[in-house]
Amino acid sequence: MPVFSTRFLAASTLAIMAAAPLHAKTFVYCSEGSPEGFDPAPYTSGTTFDASGHAIYNRLAQFKPGTTEVEPALAESWDVSEDGLEYTFHLRQGVKFHSNDKFTPSRDFNADDVIFTFERQANADNPFHAYIPGLTYEYYSSMEMDKLIKSIEKIDDYTVKFTLNQPEAPFLANIAMPFVSVLSQEYAETLQTSGSLEDLNNAPIGTGPFRFVAYQKDAVIRYQKNADYWGEAPKIDDLVFAITPDAAVRLQKLKAGECHLMPYPAPADIEGIKADANLKLDEQPGLNVGYLAYNTTVAPFDNPQVRHALNMALDKQAMIDAVYQGSAVVAKNPIPPTMWSYNDAVQDDNYDPEAAKKLLEEAGVTDLSMEVWAMPVQRPYMPNARRAAEMIQADFAKVGVKVEIVSYEWGEYLKKSMEEGRKGAVILGWTGDNGDPDNFLSVLLSCAAAAGGGANRAFWCNEEFSDILARAKAASDHEERVKLYEEAQLLFKQEAPWATLAHSTQYVPMAKNVTGFVQSPLGDYAFDNVDLAE
Amino acid sequence: MLRFILTKILYLIPTFLGITLIAFAFIRVLPGDPVLLMAGERGVSPERYAEISAQLGYDKPIWQQYLTYLGNLLQGDFGNSIVTKKPVLTEFMSLFPATIELGVCAILIATLIGVPVGVIAAIKRGSWFDQISMTGALVGFSMPIFWWGLLLIIFFSGYLGWTPVSGRISLMYFFPPVTGFMLIDSLLSGRSGAFRSAVSHLILPSVVLATIPLAVIARQTRSAMLEVMGEDYVRTARAKGLPPSRVIGIHALRNAMIPVITTIGLQIGVLMAGAILTETIFSWPGIGKWMIDSISRRDYPVVQSGLLLIAAIVMIVNLIVDLTYGLINPRIRHK
Repeated sequence: MPVFSTRFLAASTLAIMAAAPLHAKTFVYCSEGSPEGFDPAPYTSGTTFDASGHAIYNRLAQFKPGTTEVEPALAESWDVSEDGLEYTFHLRQGVKFHSNDKFTPSRDFNADDVIFTFERQANADNPFHAYIPGLTYEYYSSMEMDKLIKSIEKIDDYTVKFTLNQPEAPFLANIAMPFVSVLSQEYAETLQTSGSLEDLNNAPIGTGPFRFVAYQKDAVIRYQKNADYWGEAPKIDDLVFAITPDAAVRLQKLKAGECHLMPYPAPADIEGIKADANLKLDEQPGLNVGYLAYNTTVAPFDNPQVRHALNMALDKQAMIDAVYQGSAVVAKNPIPPTMWSYNDAVQDDNYDPEAAKKLLEEAGVTDLSMEVWAMPVQRPYMPNARRAAEMIQADFAKVGVKVEIVSYEWGEYLKKSMEEGRKGAVILGWTGDNGDPDNFLSVLLSCAAAAGGGANRAFWCNEEFSDILARAKAASDHEERVKLYEEAQLLFKQEAPWATLAHSTQYVPMAKNVTGFVQSPLGDYAFDNVDLAE
Repeated sequence: MLRFILTKILYLIPTFLGITLIAFAFIRVLPGDPVLLMAGERGVSPERYAEISAQLGYDKPIWQQYLTYLGNLLQGDFGNSIVTKKPVLTEFMSLFPATIELGVCAILIATLIGVPVGVIAAIKRGSWFDQISMTGALVGFSMPIFWWGLLLIIFFSGYLGWTPVSGRISLMYFFPPVTGFMLIDSLLSGRSGAFRSAVSHLILPSVVLATIPLAVIARQTRSAMLEVMGEDYVRTARAKGLPPSRVIGIHALRNAMIPVITTIGLQIGVLMAGAILTETIFSWPGIGKWMIDSISRRDYPVVQSGLLLIAAIVMIVNLIVDLTYGLINPRIRHK
């Protein structure tokens, strides 16, 4: 295949961008979709968080770029009480909020803004709780902040104390997440006076590295660098999100020089991108897992021996080659290798159909036929569930297990797969929210999650395992937590409620002259530090 | 004529009611549920589910939901999107001009090329031109739009570098929308090169969207022309010694245009379907892509009101076609 000559257009587009007055350095990001809005609290998609939380706002704490480690942000430091119930945050001084044509802040960021940020999500009587009809705070409730936070108290203008109902180690990681991005209380008041409350969502004001300029749905979002930024000022002057939903078209735009960086390339395009001299490709194992969850409450899958046997029948490497086109690693634990406390000492059930057959015979299982559920949608953790299900079908056939592949519309799939007494095994996966192991293990495998409305699709309720998780959640010592989670992974493998399939790789293709972009393990796209080399 | 127009308009009322019912039912018949889709892999507790459903009014009996919807419609309230929480009408108005701009260009391309091609193919029946153009039309009619769009992007934008890959205008031009039509707004902005940029962005998507209607119009024109060319009045016109340009231009073409205009009118529906794919490929911020996103998220208010608005426009266009039909063919309006 000839390498397309895109140099002419690339050169001319970039020349135009460079020559435009007042647009000294414009960085164009070909984003994958429109944000649902710019208020980071009520929405749940990563697309929205990239466009609002990461570009426009800051939080009390933040994830150190390229890691899931929590570091100070709007809070310069914090103290945690002995019993783990009180968190006192010491706020940074001299942090300026953005201004726009309707609002110029009269004061710097302070404790009132922090309290407003949390209060308006927690308190249904706050005028900014439901300032748009139908607004709900899904992250606030699903991260159980409503049950966790007992009170928030202003000690002085630059000190805020959070009191919790029970000790919770992942609390700091939670408050580094976009849904608790700090809003300006003064701006909210201004909007209330002018009666245009919905501008909180349409014309956002934050403290972040970029100031919001304009948005046209499904077309473009424009930002300008925040010259007063408290952190290191961005090196680019303008940031533009060119909304481009199709992956193949994003790549063409990147090749043509119409944008500098894109998310989510199609797996089939990876080789071509690597071969293109004008592009570079950043790759990193994603913070995700794809799995096959047995229903551990239904015979014969209630017998761990049977689950082990089936896991041994799976040729996971072949699945990675065919389904993920090689861009994934075999999963042996429910958490990915980039996450702290990952237990590399765990022994996987290696591919061995003969041994699997024997194990099934020992367990007295003959003539087994089962359902395997294939998700109808693509996700980074599972690019083609149908194909994966077919491979599972073929692998299981070799050990004498008949598989019928079933699928439902996505909403139905999610619902039916959580119905009690579900037949067969379900293909699904998870992408981490905050880099805490609890965000995988408790959400997906605890006893609490096996009940209605949870996400434990193996219905696996192991008291010992849940107890370890509870202890780890309450422990404040990091080393102690690491040990507990390592122990939990051993127990998980011993019981094998899932066949752990794969952790997929995240690829970020960009133009050769892009510097300073650091991939986030959480899959965030933030451009605070990017630059364009001359 | 007035009576003709009034009857046509009266017919619209029951059609309109029917559409509200179909649009309302269609999205609810599809399996899936907006609340579950929003919750995703994480799931949602039964209490939370009930809470959100109640907030959205989905806990009420279905007929009551429909009546509320109708009642709100009568007050001009099209509802708010579940996903973005914005009023459906606001979103529609901001996206609709882009679709119209694309659709009008596509139908112009399809008509201005399709009709002459069909006429020439009919006159030179059996010639190489006829063979090639009709084979081309068959290929065009069967073209998978998504693949075709991507192919054109790779060739014209990637390989030749003649046209931009996607979007409506170069990102260097930044002005607030006035009419929402980029061709007009770019002229109003007074920025040199803006109009040119808008035109260059419009070329590929309108060609892609025009492909299927072009093929249909060319084939329809050809067969309509062939039919009237065999009519007695055409033979008479020829026999009385009129020059071929008059025979074809006045006597044949005018009569052949009646079914062709109907075809063009019917293509509006086809355009809407094509717009969904075309808008997705070319990152074109129009209502086609908006609808498909909303269907996949089961955004009930957007789908039911969006469909209604689109249907209203298609009906108005069809009405105009019917009226034009009456102008061209006096027999119809005198019926």
